[in-house]
Amino acid sequence: MADTVGDAARTPDQAQPWAELGLKDDEYARIKEILGRRPTSSELAMYSVMWSEHCSYKSSKVHLRQFAELPTETPVGKLLAGIGENAGVVDIGQGYAVTFKIESHNHPSYVEPYQGAATGVGGIVRDILAMGARPIGVMDSLRFGPLHEPDTARVLPGVVAGIGGYGNCLGLPNIGGEVAYDHTYLGNPLVNALCVGVLRHEDLHLAKATGAGNQVILYGASTGADGIGGVSVLASESFDDAEGTNAGQAERSTEQVEAYPSTSSGRSSSTSSGRKPASKRPSVQVGDPFLEKLLIECTLEIFAAGLITGIQDLGGAGLSCATSELASAGDGGMHIDLDLVPLRNTTLSPEEILMSESQERMMAIVEPEHVEDFLAICRKWDVLATVIGEVTAGDRLVIDWHGETVVDVPPRTVAHEGPVYQRPYGRPEWQDQVQANGIDQLPRPAGGEELADTLLRLIGSPNLCDKSWVTDQYDRYVRGNSVLAQPDDAGVLRIDEYSGLGVALATDCNSRFALLDPYAGAQLALAEAYRNVASSGAEPLAITDCLNFGSPEDPAIMWQFSEAVRGLADGCRALGTPVTGGNVSFYNQTGSTPILPTPVVGVLGVIDDVTRRTSGGFSAAEHPIYLLGETRDELAGSAWAQVIHDHLGGRPPEVDFAQEKALAEVLIRASRRGLLGSAHDLADGGLAQALVESALRYGFGARIELPSEADPFVWLFSETTGRALVSVKEGADRDLASLCRINGVMLTKLGVVTAQEDASLEVVGQFMLPLTRIREAWQDTIPAVMATH
Amino acid sequence: MVVDVMPKPEILDPQGKAVTGALARLGFAGISVRQGKRFELDVIGEITEDRLAEVHRAAETLLANTVIETFNVRVEEAPEASEEDDQAESAEQTELATQAG
Repeated sequence: MADTVGDAARTPDQAQPWAELGLKDDEYARIKEILGRRPTSSELAMYSVMWSEHCSYKSSKVHLRQFAELPTETPVGKLLAGIGENAGVVDIGQGYAVTFKIESHNHPSYVEPYQGAATGVGGIVRDILAMGARPIGVMDSLRFGPLHEPDTARVLPGVVAGIGGYGNCLGLPNIGGEVAYDHTYLGNPLVNALCVGVLRHEDLHLAKATGAGNQVILYGASTGADGIGGVSVLASESFDDAEGTNAGQAERSTEQVEAYPSTSSGRSSSTSSGRKPASKRPSVQVGDPFLEKLLIECTLEIFAAGLITGIQDLGGAGLSCATSELASAGDGGMHIDLDLVPLRNTTLSPEEILMSESQERMMAIVEPEHVEDFLAICRKWDVLATVIGEVTAGDRLVIDWHGETVVDVPPRTVAHEGPVYQRPYGRPEWQDQVQANGIDQLPRPAGGEELADTLLRLIGSPNLCDKSWVTDQYDRYVRGNSVLAQPDDAGVLRIDEYSGLGVALATDCNSRFALLDPYAGAQLALAEAYRNVASSGAEPLAITDCLNFGSPEDPAIMWQFSEAVRGLADGCRALGTPVTGGNVSFYNQTGSTPILPTPVVGVLGVIDDVTRRTSGGFSAAEHPIYLLGETRDELAGSAWAQVIHDHLGGRPPEVDFAQEKALAEVLIRASRRGLLGSAHDLADGGLAQALVESALRYGFGARIELPSEADPFVWLFSETTGRALVSVKEGADRDLASLCRINGVMLTKLGVVTAQEDASLEVVGQFMLPLTRIREAWQDTIPAVMATH
Repeated sequence: MVVDVMPKPEILDPQGKAVTGALARLGFAGISVRQGKRFELDVIGEITEDRLAEVHRAAETLLANTVIETFNVRVEEAPEASEEDDQAESAEQTELATQAG
C-alpha cells in the first residue's frame, strides 16, 4: 500500500530511509519542518532527488551566480532567455533566435555506453525543443581513458555508436565537437552533448504552469521502471526491511548532473554506478529515437497551433521534476492524479512513477478549450497523450494515488528552494609543486630531422590524430544545411534557404591546462572556442558550458571549480559573451582519483552570409600563408610535453582577451570581404598541427620559411593563444595587412601553399615531409587500435 | 546449444514496441511483442559441466549485454532430430542456467 499523507500524520515517528536516498540529517529535518510532519515516501523520494546535487546545484549555486551577474547583451541584442530556463535563447537578427545548451551524461555512458550516450543526445534535444525551437544540430565533447586501454575499447565505440545511432535516427546533423584521452577518464568518461535549435522570436516558450483550471498533459512514451535504481529502497515492502539497498547513497552521488540552477529536467539518470548493481530495478534507460522524432514534429505542430501555455521536458527526476518545476515557476498550485499516468509496467509504485526517468516524455500546460485540439495533433503523430491533472488556485502540489493523497507540498520547496551549501574550498598544496615543475629541463628537439620526427609523433598521438573514425559514424549533412562540419574549426549551419543567415558552434577544453591553473584553464577553453568560431567567419555571441569536476566535498576540487567559474565569468565579461546556461557535473572520479578539471565551453556565433564562411583547409596553390598573432615560448602543458615527455607541469599559456577580440575582428572582417582562402586556429600542437590539418584537408602542400630570428621548435610547437594560420587569396595581402594594422594584430608571412601533386610540407632549412607520410601518421592511430579489439 | 537473449522485462524495448504497433495496424489486435535474439551454437565434443560454464561465460561476454539484457543457455538436440513445426515442444530441452546482470 502507498504511504499517504494521512499515514504520515498518523505515524510521525516511522523510520524512513532518507540517508539511503542521499539526504543529510539536517536536510531530512528541514523537510519535516516544511511539511509540519514526516514526508510520505513519495514526498521523500521527490525531495531526495530534487535536492540532490544533480538537480539542486546545492554546491555550485553560490559560484554560478557570477554568470547571472554578467551583462545579458550580445553583439546582436539582448538574450531572450538566459540562465534558469531549459536553455538560453539568443537573438541572431532577422527575427530569428537560436537556443543552445550542453549537458553531461557521463556516468550513464560508463555503465552502458551505447544507451547512456544515446539518451544523452535525446535529453538535450528535448531541452531545446521545450524552448519552442526546432532542433537543427548536435555536437559532442568526449573524454576517454587512454586509447590503448581495454575498457576504452568498450566505452568509446559504444558511446560513438550511441550518439550516432540516436542522432542519425532523429535526422540531426552532428557538426563537430572534440574527443580527448587521459588516464583520469578511464573509469569516468565524459559525454557532453550539445544541441542547437532555431525559432522565430514569437515562438519562444517558457517552462511554467499558469492559469487555474488549465490542464496538465503528459505526452510521449509511457512510463516504465527506467533509471530508478536508487529509489527502489522506497518500493521495497516496508521501510524496516530496507537493508541491502544502501547502494542508494553511493549511487546517487555518482550521477550529479543537471541543468543550471532552477531549471529543468535534462536527462541524466540519477542513479547507479553499474559497478555494483544492487538495486532491484535497473537504472539504465533505453532511448527510442523514432519516438523522439515524432515528439519533435508533434510538439512543433502544437506550438504552431498556439495550444501551449507552458511546457517542460522530462529528464532527470522525471515527473517529480516536471511537476514541481512547472508549478513552482507558475502562479498557482497543481493537482496530479498519478493513476492516469500511462504505465509500461503496472507494478510500479507511486514513488517509482514519480522518479522514473523513462525517455521521450514531455509535459504541457494547456487551456481547457485547447485540450481536444492538442490531443488530436498527438493522435495524428501517434504520440500517446494523457491529461493527468490541472493547475489549481492554491499554492500546493498535490498528487493522488488510488484516491488518496500521497504528495502535498509547496512546489517551490522542492524545485527552487533546496539546500544551498557554501562548501569549503582551498588551493591545494600540490598546486605550487605542479606549477613549479616546469618544462625547462625537458630536452627539446634540435635540427630538422628531430623536428620532423617530433611533428610526426605529435600528429599521430591520440589527442591530435584524425578523428574521422569517430565522426564518420555521424551524419553531418542531413537536413542539407551543414555549411561547415568537422574537421573544420567550427560547425556552421544555415538557418534557412533564403537569408544566408547561419550559426557557428565550437566546443573546447584543454583539461591539462585546467589542472595547471583552473582559472586560466577555463579561460583558455573559452578563448579557443571563441577563436574557432571566429575562424569560420562568424561573430561569437554567447556561450554555454559543461563543468565536469570531481567531488565537491573535496576542498581542492571545490577550489578548482570556483576558480574555473571565476575565470569563465571574467572571460565572458571581457569578450562580451554572456553565459546562457549549462550544466555542472560533479563526482567525476574513480575511487579517490578525480578527473582532470574539465570545464567544456561551447561558443555560438552568427554569420550573416554563409557563402562567406572560411574553411580550415588550404584551398589553392600559390596562396600566401600568414600567421596572425604573436608566438611566445609557451610549452608547459602542451601536446609536445605530453606526447614526447609525458609531462604535465608548469604554467599554461597566457590568455589575452583583448588580443583574442582583435584577432576575431580580423578573421570576421577578412571573411566578409572574401580575403581568405583558409583560416585555422592554433591550439593543441601549435603551428605544426595547424599546418598539417590545413594541408591535409584538400591535399595541398605548403612551403614555410620561418623568420630568421625564430626558434623553429618554439614556432612550430608552442601553444601561445590568440593566433591563427591563414592563407590569402590572390591580391588580398594588402587588405589583410591593413586589417591587422587597424586591429593591432601581428602579421607574419610564413610561406605559400604548394601544389596537390606530390604535395609536401616543407619548412625551409629544416625538413621536407611528403604529405602521404604525414597523412599516414595522422590517420592510422584510432583505426589501428580499434582493429585490434 | 541455444542462447536466447531478451531485453530485461523492465527495460524499454523499442523494436518490440514497433512490431506491436505494426501488428495492430495490420489488424492483429491484443498482441504485445518483446523482441530478443536467438543464437544457435554448434559445440564440438561432449557437453560437460565445464563446457556449459564456458558457453555461459561466452554468452555473458559477447552475446548478451547484461546491463540491459537477460540470457538463457540451453542444450538442444541436433536440428535434424526434430520436426520443424513442433521443434520447441519436441526437442529435448534442458534448462540449465538463467542469468541476469
